[in-house]
Amino acid sequence: MVTNSAASAVSVSASKIIPLGMTALLGLFIVGFVGFSHLEVVHNAAHDTRHSLAFPCH
Amino acid sequence: MSLFRNIVFTAVIAGLLSGLLMTVIQHFSTVPLILQAETYERAAPEAGHGHSHDAAPAAGAASPAAEHHHDEEAWAPADGFERFIYTAAADMLSAVGFGLVLIAIAEALGGFNGWRRGLMFGIAGFLTVSLAPGLGLPPELPGMPAAELGSRQVWWISTAACTAIGLGLIGYTRSAVLAALAIVLLVAPHLIGAPLPPTHETDVPIELHARFVNAVYATNLVFWAVLGTLTAVVREKFRAGEDIAARPAAGLASR
Repeated sequence: MVTNSAASAVSVSASKIIPLGMTALLGLFIVGFVGFSHLEVVHNAAHDTRHSLAFPCH
Repeated sequence: MSLFRNIVFTAVIAGLLSGLLMTVIQHFSTVPLILQAETYERAAPEAGHGHSHDAAPAAGAASPAAEHHHDEEAWAPADGFERFIYTAAADMLSAVGFGLVLIAIAEALGGFNGWRRGLMFGIAGFLTVSLAPGLGLPPELPGMPAAELGSRQVWWISTAACTAIGLGLIGYTRSAVLAALAIVLLVAPHLIGAPLPPTHETDVPIELHARFVNAVYATNLVFWAVLGTLTAVVREKFRAGEDIAARPAAGLASR
């Protein structure tokens, strides 16, 4: 089982790279906007979320 | 495109549900402590107003507790219900974002193949995003001193990235050299050390901060475990249009 998953991890088919890459980028963009944006308004709206998720704040 | 569509759909469902659960837990665990800390922050008004975030380092020497404030000009949700709604929205949005990244990595590494690996990915997410960065930059309460925001964000993101790669190497490779590299990646950010504030003086009681740190870790552990498990379960339900032959048959059989 373990070797199977390791083998399939190595051979990520080329057709999957683009959708998976886009997915990861979209997710990072969302987290970056909510958690790391320096915009004062975004900071204030997401204030308690940032503190509760232990993001660097202020 | 069906893979992208299915993953986004999965992340939105799992993210909304786990984000909602996190909001409810936070409402009883972390948020009351944040509100309590803000009373200390407001009790020191000479430290709290007038300067922007960018000016904080310059003013830091004179007023170490001044890093946090609510600018008079900037909009902020009103305390109470409005603030709760924005927190809930930000929680669910973050959860969807985390879910997208989690599924993308899991699919690249061969898929979840059942809820159990989803749970393990969730725990790995907790280690990567909460625990490892928190070792250097403990969860902060409002009114607590901290180093400049930009440098902390760089350290936080670098630590999360190093931890993610390190955990991935440990879980998905079988070479001793790569395992050693993984240990180096896991430890290096903490040897380099997080940016520290010039002084640790604060009006926030240390007992309050200790309770907050506990509440943050407990809340995030539950959230990540639920997010990981939910993404794996929902992912199994939505595979419409994906090439069945592309699925690793051995992985499905081993379940």
